[in-house]
Amino acid sequence: MYLYSITFYIFSLVAVLSALMVISARNPVHSVLFLILSFVNASGLFVLLGAEFLAMILVVVYVGAVAVLFLFVVMMLDINFVKLREGFLQYLPFGALLGIVLIIELGILFLTKSFSENSLSQFVQSPQINEVENTKLIGQVLYTDYFYLFQISGLILLVAMVGSITLTLRDRGQVKRQNISSQNFIDAKNAVEKKKIKLGEGI
Amino acid sequence: MIYLEHYLFLAAIIFTIGVLGIFLNKKNVIIILMSIELILLSVNINLISFSVFLNDISGQIFAMLTLTVAAAEAAIGLAILVVFYRNLGSIEVNKINKLKG
Repeated sequence: MYLYSITFYIFSLVAVLSALMVISARNPVHSVLFLILSFVNASGLFVLLGAEFLAMILVVVYVGAVAVLFLFVVMMLDINFVKLREGFLQYLPFGALLGIVLIIELGILFLTKSFSENSLSQFVQSPQINEVENTKLIGQVLYTDYFYLFQISGLILLVAMVGSITLTLRDRGQVKRQNISSQNFIDAKNAVEKKKIKLGEGI
Repeated sequence: MIYLEHYLFLAAIIFTIGVLGIFLNKKNVIIILMSIELILLSVNINLISFSVFLNDISGQIFAMLTLTVAAAEAAIGLAILVVFYRNLGSIEVNKINKLKG
């Protein structure tokens, strides 16, 4: 049990510190890398909780896709990031005040034992977790009870894909493309021309 | 011993850091998007810890749906960012006043 506590504290400490570095790093590339560290530690916490499938999905989706996308955009845009940091200290007192108030309120909410297992267990309906392994259980519930949500999330991804392609695609007018209808409507009279060429001369 | 409250408080800390990030980096859209990712991560921690401590799998399903929406949101946000940079040559949020709102 001690090992569990120590592991929890290590993972959560690194997650919180790297989250702090995400918002305070000077270089956005470092920010993205700290974001990756934070997500990896969160996925370690999920393993600790017993949600292995979500932990692996978090690593694959966030570290593998979203963070790489961020890195790509940060490196692709040529931006003066020093100029963007102006006003960081200007908003710091107000932001710190707001953050302290928020954390105190959430702490009061969460640390006052109002979420003991007895008071909440009356809402439980789905199958119990400990009977089968995590991935199998998620599959059993996801493809039956939550099937429409699953399909709608696929639709959301499709819309996001179409939307981002439409936003970033631009026609520069220099590209020569195949025009199939004009190819089909051409006939031999217009396309081929017979010419007499005199000897010793070009066309 | 680690209880549900520990995980909830961790999620609260990460949520606060995310909100703070939006406040502090008012000009840099990329950091704001990353702060939104942090907020969604804290929501995921909440959902999964409730799911585990209540012995109910549906929280993990919802966490997965949150993940999907977060990925879609990041993709569209970055696409808008790229288009904005292409048109104006900068990504400062306080310069976004084309709509005179």
